[in-house]
Amino acid sequence: MTILIIILTSLLFPGLINVIRSLMSGRKGPGMLQPLKDMIRLFRKGSVYSKTTTIIFRIAPAISFAAVISAAMVLPIGPWQAVFSFNGDFIFFIYVLGLGRFMAIIAAMDTGSSFEGMGASREAHFSMFAEPAFLVLFGALVLFTGHYSFSEIFIAMRSGYGFSYGIGIISAFLIFMFSLIETCRLPVDDPRTHLELTMVHEVMILDNSGFDLGLLHLTNALKFALFGTIIANFFLFDVPQWVALLAFIGIQMVYAFVVAFLESFMARFRMNHNPQFIMSLTSLAFLIFVGILLYLDK
Amino acid sequence: MKYTTVHNLQSIPIEMIPVVSYKDFFDTVISLFEEEEVHCVNYFAYPIGNELHLICSLADDRESKLKVLSWKSTSFASVPSLSTQIPSIIVFEREIYENYGITFIGHPWLKPLRYAKNRANEHQISDYPFFKIESEELHEVGVGPIHAGIIEPGHFRFICNGERILHLEIQLGYQHRGIENLFLNSTHLNQRIALSESIAGDTATAHASAFANLWESLCDVQTSQHLLWQRNLSVEIERIAMHTGDMAAICTDVAYQLGNAVLGRLRTPMVNFMQEWCGNRLGKSLIRPFNSFYAFTPELKERLLDIFSKYEPDFNEIWDRMKTLPSLLSRLEKTGVVSRNQMIEIGAVGMSARAAGLERDVRASHPYGLFKETPHQPITKKHGDVYSRTQLRNEEIIQSVSYIKHWLENIPDIEIKDASHATPKPSTFCISLTEGWRGEICHCAITDEKGNLIAYKIKDPSLHNWLALALAVRNNEISDFPIINKSFNLSYCGFDL
Repeated sequence: MTILIIILTSLLFPGLINVIRSLMSGRKGPGMLQPLKDMIRLFRKGSVYSKTTTIIFRIAPAISFAAVISAAMVLPIGPWQAVFSFNGDFIFFIYVLGLGRFMAIIAAMDTGSSFEGMGASREAHFSMFAEPAFLVLFGALVLFTGHYSFSEIFIAMRSGYGFSYGIGIISAFLIFMFSLIETCRLPVDDPRTHLELTMVHEVMILDNSGFDLGLLHLTNALKFALFGTIIANFFLFDVPQWVALLAFIGIQMVYAFVVAFLESFMARFRMNHNPQFIMSLTSLAFLIFVGILLYLDK
Repeated sequence: MKYTTVHNLQSIPIEMIPVVSYKDFFDTVISLFEEEEVHCVNYFAYPIGNELHLICSLADDRESKLKVLSWKSTSFASVPSLSTQIPSIIVFEREIYENYGITFIGHPWLKPLRYAKNRANEHQISDYPFFKIESEELHEVGVGPIHAGIIEPGHFRFICNGERILHLEIQLGYQHRGIENLFLNSTHLNQRIALSESIAGDTATAHASAFANLWESLCDVQTSQHLLWQRNLSVEIERIAMHTGDMAAICTDVAYQLGNAVLGRLRTPMVNFMQEWCGNRLGKSLIRPFNSFYAFTPELKERLLDIFSKYEPDFNEIWDRMKTLPSLLSRLEKTGVVSRNQMIEIGAVGMSARAAGLERDVRASHPYGLFKETPHQPITKKHGDVYSRTQLRNEEIIQSVSYIKHWLENIPDIEIKDASHATPKPSTFCISLTEGWRGEICHCAITDEKGNLIAYKIKDPSLHNWLALALAVRNNEISDFPIINKSFNLSYCGFDL
């Protein structure tokens, strides 16, 4: 059930952001289903491979996709259980995403293009800074709740009291910022630019085409839904399933709205400001950690 | 005297230009260049029989005069290079070398400028001598000639240390159409004016005005006030439209969607007005020597004032927002800086030079048309970064709107003279300067004893300013290149001709 909900929301998410952005700039914009239609169109096509690429380039999109799907398996949604859950599954989550990214990076290097090498080095650079933020945050939550898996942590957070809700809100904010880096949105990356020299994620998939490209688009859309799910989980209290489902969809829509709002009314960061921005997230995670330590008198 | 002095749009007999020895030429140019206000507007060669005639025109902005001198040579001669002392001559000497094989000894890097066809060595095209650095740490990034997006072709080669650009070399010439030769070969005036509109599509009216003014001066026909008025007006509308479009594009490149959407929308009524006036959004077919098919009617005046009344509040509102938006300013400020001294050295002109504090504006220094009566006060900025160029665009738009409103108060009467049989005077030299939205446009024509064109030389401001872009990106991040490039927005085909 969870995995189905995640996949379904992911299919609509990019379209929703585009629609909101278009409306905010006073344009009609494409329909909400346009990214989905694009993906379907791409899935019906064959891929073209450059002669310089090897097997790595061919298997990378599939592995990235598989990695994101496996990451989705450990996430619960409110009353629905995760597909599987075990102690330390948040570490599995972040590193299986890491595996997907690793494949994307070496596939980009595999093409031998100077642009893709540049994008790969940027991606590696930024994610290196971003990873501690996530781990420190969930380390702190483990310390706070005394549980070791997503499902148990979220249940403990929800059935808590004032302080745990406060922590939940700050954590949700942190995960939101983290998701902007992971999914390559403004202000870190600009998904709509046509300028190869300024791209991060887009430049890495320049050589992909057809089915592979569709798969990569779907992977990126799924990543959105993953982080949206984590955020939603902080707020899905013990309610009937249909309320939880509505609340989940509502939270996803708010999430899309905030992303679209950011993208409409601010400019992107200069590339060398990105690490500073990302490091500030890590410091925020450490603050939460220290706050919890103080609270628990440790 | 080793040179003769003319003013903008003055026709003089070709004999009045003194022909001096190369040594005198060399010394005179260097002594003239001691003044900061002097810059080279053109330096070109044209063949007469077996000889080559080389003409150099220097603009003296302080005195509103052009100083013209010349020397004679033969193809494949070798002479000392002026560029060793005056870097802004580099492009002109490369052009002469490419076209006529004259070797300039001591030139920093004598290689073809446009590379359409290397007459000196036709086999060199497969092995273009790019600047190279042998290093393990540095890497090269080649961009183009085919780019993402809808821009013209040009090859950029970066030498980078990680994300930082150390050096940029720009190789152009992919759009070379041989426009100057087409000017000589075409027989009908309409062909020539259409050619002048195609030199750079986004500067159609400015190039066409430069040609029309020059042709009327060559034919010794007094231009009617209404035609001058039309030309000035259309060039200023073009300036507003292009500057607005560029500001929108700058917003796009930093992913500021609101600015892009609003400014992009504001450009449209400006170009659509040109369509209403003359049937072409770029103002092509509006400007014709001696004549105009599209009179400016009172209805058009009302229409234009109406457009302005809607344009101004929206434009000011978005600019107020842009200049206070931290995320936008942090991208624009201190990005792509070119100092005033660098601009003087490379002989930069127009908007890019003014953004660095170098006051070069033909409207003020060599006035033509209505600017003889409405004195123009050039706007300058100090820092020479992307933000200065954006600010300058904003202020120039406001200035142009006020000029147009002033001119609209008093539209000269239409009087079309029948000058269709006028022909150029024989053995005449004429130079025409116009301030297009990018900067100084220079057209120069020479006729033979029968009044036929034997040389037609065009210079778009981009010829000088591409080098400014190459200097601006040094030590910037490679991801900032697109925004710096857009802040100059130079013409590829204007350079390639």
